[in-house]
Amino acid sequence: MLYREVGQYKTNYAADMAVFPILQDRIGIGIILFVAFVVFPLIGNDFLLNAVLIPFLIFSLAAIGLNLLTGYCGLLSLGTGAFMGVGAYACLKLTTYFPQVNIVVWILASGFFSAAVGVLFGLPSLRIKGFYLAVATLAAQFFLEWCFIRIPWLYNNSVSGAIEVPLRTFMSVPITGPTATSLTRYLTVLSIVVLMTWLASNLVHGRIGRMWMSVRDMDLAAELIGIRLLRAKLLAFAVSSFYCGVAGAMLVFLWYGGAEAEVFNIDQSFLELFMVIIGGLGTLIGSFFGAALIYILPIALRLIPEGLGLPLHPATVEQLRFLVVGILIIVFLVLEPNGLARLWQIGKQKLRVWPFPY
Amino acid sequence: MHRASAGAKGEARMQLKHFALGLAVLTAAPLTMTAAQAQSGIFVPLFTYRTGPFAGSGIPVANGLHDYLTMLNERDGGIGGEKLIIEECEDGYNTQRGVQCYDSVKDRHPVVITPYSTGITEQLIPKAAVDKVPILSMAYGLSASADGNEFPWIFNPPDTYWDGASAFIQHAANVEGGFAKLKGKTIGLIYLDAPYGKEPIPLLQALAKDYGFTLKLYPVPVSQMQNQSSVWLDVRRDRPDWIYLQGWGAMNPTAVQEAAQNNFPMDHLVGVWWSGSDDDARPAGAAAKGYLSLDINAVGPNFPALQDIIKYVVDKGKSQLSSKDKVGENFYNRAVMNAVLIAEGIRTAQKLTGKKLIDGTDMRRGLEAMHISDARWKELGLPAFAEPIHVTCSDHNGHANIFLVQWDGTKWVKQPGSIAPIHNKVEPLIEQAAQDYVKANTGWPKRTEACDKSS
Repeated sequence: MLYREVGQYKTNYAADMAVFPILQDRIGIGIILFVAFVVFPLIGNDFLLNAVLIPFLIFSLAAIGLNLLTGYCGLLSLGTGAFMGVGAYACLKLTTYFPQVNIVVWILASGFFSAAVGVLFGLPSLRIKGFYLAVATLAAQFFLEWCFIRIPWLYNNSVSGAIEVPLRTFMSVPITGPTATSLTRYLTVLSIVVLMTWLASNLVHGRIGRMWMSVRDMDLAAELIGIRLLRAKLLAFAVSSFYCGVAGAMLVFLWYGGAEAEVFNIDQSFLELFMVIIGGLGTLIGSFFGAALIYILPIALRLIPEGLGLPLHPATVEQLRFLVVGILIIVFLVLEPNGLARLWQIGKQKLRVWPFPY
Repeated sequence: MHRASAGAKGEARMQLKHFALGLAVLTAAPLTMTAAQAQSGIFVPLFTYRTGPFAGSGIPVANGLHDYLTMLNERDGGIGGEKLIIEECEDGYNTQRGVQCYDSVKDRHPVVITPYSTGITEQLIPKAAVDKVPILSMAYGLSASADGNEFPWIFNPPDTYWDGASAFIQHAANVEGGFAKLKGKTIGLIYLDAPYGKEPIPLLQALAKDYGFTLKLYPVPVSQMQNQSSVWLDVRRDRPDWIYLQGWGAMNPTAVQEAAQNNFPMDHLVGVWWSGSDDDARPAGAAAKGYLSLDINAVGPNFPALQDIIKYVVDKGKSQLSSKDKVGENFYNRAVMNAVLIAEGIRTAQKLTGKKLIDGTDMRRGLEAMHISDARWKELGLPAFAEPIHVTCSDHNGHANIFLVQWDGTKWVKQPGSIAPIHNKVEPLIEQAAQDYVKANTGWPKRTEACDKSS
């Protein structure tokens, strides 16, 4: 009823190619940004900000990174966790050597280190595809994880082998370290994620995105129309790892405030891959849906019995949670194998033509 | 919408409805959760892990903590007339989930946090001073946090891992016939490749230099806990004279079984106190006979307080215990000891402040002035259950004497006598490590908390 594009005429090419061609979508995105930037900081308690929203945004960003590689360029990767780790350790080393530089700059810059490592491990993608490439990236996962544990220089020789995040301020407001409030950390994460999502959106809607998609759909044809596979694939690895690296640096510096190498293990890689698959390959919004389903749903499930006052033991809830999450994942995938983003699209399409079902 | 499209193909609509429902649940749940708790009392959250690969160690610990505190509620109506609100948060021994647990309880003013994981403890240490919540990591956590001048909010009595490792070396020296005999010997450390397992390494390295033995490190990654064949291949090659085991969860029984299979002399295999669960030695059964473990608490159910737990909690069905026989197992008693420390901290805090409903700041003072003498252990219904515990402002540990228990094939048997940690080696190292920690963490707050006179 409200969601309809009647009367919205497109009079130039720019309007036709807009990311959000429908006015209601633009209003919707405005409302989402308003809620994220104004409403949540006003009403959110520490738990909502720190245990739900910050990690959700960080995982979403990592999922976008993997989606650029797997969803847009069709290269399967199991090294996401390790690339996130490279970002985190690079950020630690950078801020150790140059403590006077703003930490946000280092968080973004650490993505470049991750990108370089990603390119290196992306080289085999020129010869191998699909599952074989996944195995090759698995090597990155194991090798880098080994480095994180065995090279004490990376974690500044701390006794526990964990990254200890120092206090860093921006205009004398602490952003990282124990005294940083969850509100400042949330706003920092949110700003970075919004900025990088906007960049990713521009990237995939432009020449580079089309290049990747043509490689994904048929690399031989892409080569024939003049796309250099070497560049396209390595660029995908670089950009994807950049996003993962920034997400990893944020994970440690703006969420945990300290972490062991274990955080970046193979489970993390799988988790990101599940987020991308369940959310929807080749969509940006799917990355957010996927992160919400995989990360927030279990927390919500754990809180439901408590909220309803059911006298269930936490361990029982934990077992139930595994069951329910597993079942829900299967249900969602059976309902729509192309992911939640596709469901979202179908819903929008139905609303547009309502009440006439086509 | 429903009426108009009722005749239409309903599939997509159903999908949409599911999706909307899911979204609604997702957004509503975190907002409503904190409203559920409004009852008054002293809030003691327990971070437990009854699930996951470490559940074998986590279940008896969770039961012991929960049952003793519940017993105080049932028998005495709480502490000082104030009920304890005991709540478990399941973290699966996962650092990330533990921090999540912390975030979810922080706003409800817990008096003390019991992380039961060295990894989680290390994450929470910087937050404790900021949020004004003391952390009681009984005989685990960061060894350096024993220094109360630098870590006023962290308590790790009665011993650090460094005390434990030094007691092991002391025991080895006693058996070999003096420290001089350790020269040229090979001592292995089999440890979980996580912050917990790595804790004793700096001390053992220092002692290796001082006493001239060779230290061999055998890390066991978390993913390989139950498949240690490659580690033991190395052990066979190096032929260490002694092995110190710093394992947790499923790693311990595997290591003990491997040792037995490799014909390693079991009385030269010594576990830290966290490698001494009944379930760690039981799978190997008679083959594990002779396996030694450091210990800080007595074993067996023959204590009045433990009988009270059976009477007030287990028999009334208020415990998660599968059977009464589990009361008195090593880890169960360990957790009871931990719960006693919590209770005594609360009692001391109530005495110091004159308040009944104490908060985290009061609890910190209480823990810092806590003194449990032999007489007090007896009063608590736990005579000779553990060494006296004496916390001071500068020493948050106490470095109590440690004793050994030996597996006789079916149960743990306490060995006569106790071993003192090598104080003159451990304590300077702790001070040094505390300074290093402070130096590495720029902006570490100086201690501003006043010091109470010990009670």
